[in-house]
Amino acid sequence: MDRLARLGATVTDAIAGIGRALAMLLGAIIGKPTPRKSWPLFVQQMYVVGVLSLIIIVVSGLFIGMVLGLQGYTILVDYGAEQSLGPMVALSLLRELGPVVTALLFAGRAGSALTAEIGLMKATEQLSSLEMMAVDPLRRVVAPRFWAGFVSMPLLALIFSAVGIYGGYLVGSGWLGVDEGAFWSVMQSAVDWRDDLMNGIIKSLVFAFVVTWIALYKGYRCEPTSAGISKATTSTVVTASLAILGLDFILTALMFGG
Amino acid sequence: MDNFVALKDVHFSHGQRTIYDGLSLTVPKGKIVAVMGPSGIGKTTLLRLIGGQLRPASGSIKVADEEVTQLSRKKLYELRKRMSMLFQSGALFTDMSVFDNVAFPLREHTELSEDVIRSIVLMKLEAVGLRGARDLMPSELSGGMARRAALARAIALDPDLIMYDEPFAGQDPISMGVIVKLIRSLNESLGLTSIVVSHDVDEILSIADYAYIIADKKVVAEGTPDELRENDKAIVRQFLQGEADGPVKFHYTEDDFAMDLMGEAHG
Repeated sequence: MDRLARLGATVTDAIAGIGRALAMLLGAIIGKPTPRKSWPLFVQQMYVVGVLSLIIIVVSGLFIGMVLGLQGYTILVDYGAEQSLGPMVALSLLRELGPVVTALLFAGRAGSALTAEIGLMKATEQLSSLEMMAVDPLRRVVAPRFWAGFVSMPLLALIFSAVGIYGGYLVGSGWLGVDEGAFWSVMQSAVDWRDDLMNGIIKSLVFAFVVTWIALYKGYRCEPTSAGISKATTSTVVTASLAILGLDFILTALMFGG
Repeated sequence: MDNFVALKDVHFSHGQRTIYDGLSLTVPKGKIVAVMGPSGIGKTTLLRLIGGQLRPASGSIKVADEEVTQLSRKKLYELRKRMSMLFQSGALFTDMSVFDNVAFPLREHTELSEDVIRSIVLMKLEAVGLRGARDLMPSELSGGMARRAALARAIALDPDLIMYDEPFAGQDPISMGVIVKLIRSLNESLGLTSIVVSHDVDEILSIADYAYIIADKKVVAEGTPDELRENDKAIVRQFLQGEADGPVKFHYTEDDFAMDLMGEAHG
């Protein structure tokens, strides 16, 4: 009976948690727009969340593209199909690796930082002081970070894929001798704008929404102690990573499953 | 309106733990009221209840004749523009300079030009003796300076009520003396009403017009500082004289120490 009660408590806690997270998000993004105040905050967060994540995205994209070029070539050359290296690299990146790896890196780089920052603001009573100054912390702190994460992640995913394709080209054409014209032209004819590029962007938007939401909620609800912030930061990375991988399967099944 | 703040029969629990069980107190307009009590008694909770950050299970909390417990979010935020709180940590925004911290409420709630905001900020910083520190970041301030910078921010919008949460905690004697004088002089010069939560008995009683001692989930004693000093109630004597033994237990556990050491207390 105790076990049953504990199971029930866990389930109701989880549902209450989702409700609280939803209430936080709606409180942050629904309301009268105040562009004069919120635009500078959004731009500032785009820099913190997006621009500062560029290095890790570009470097990771380049290496993953190069590895794809190398691995793809060694497999395709056995079948005399090395001309298809371009579409293999491009499709892998646009459909899967671009959105997924960018989201995972984003969760580790920007998501954890968002959680820690908001958790520390809570621990140092900055959120409470905003409330007492009649400034809604959801609109002032959470909203600009949410929109910055939601907008910047798809852009980072596109940059990741573009750099990755270039990395694949460097290894495939520059090093392994795949014909440059074939690499680009076969890629151009094989990649569909709507099926591949748009689906990748849709995936990325979903991941951006979920990762940023998780990161902000974990920070906003964390226990305001050093141990609490540490736990919340870890939880952001773990929960967001699992959510990305789970959602990726569901989205892939919906988009390409037949 | 004689009382700016009035709490009547307030009940509040945090989880399973009852914090207040029928708390009543009033804060007359224009006065400095001290709220004292042992640590962990819920003094900060009291300020959060008055500010509407927490809602009581039952009872009435009136601020400026408005029933805080019944206010809509919008009206509560309007009321908060008339009140201010100095947090124990200062709660300065760490990504802004001292100047921007003090200017923050003005930029959020007024349409004043930057020139006017600059003048107001400099006046407020001058009042707390930090005009020269305007360009420093919060991390560059000492504890006392941070508290004073936060005080400048708290008075930026010329509120009617300021709530001080342990303003003397962790301060050196000089900073403490400066903050004591500031609370008194700001109250007089700006015509404020002040609630000071503290357990620094001597400092707070030196400036308070009226004081409450909270223990055992309600007000156990109240009066002017002189009346409290003459109060012979055991809990008042223990608190004002800082005695370890008395109605408020120093030891958390009731188990016999010797038995506990021998491992028998818990059977």
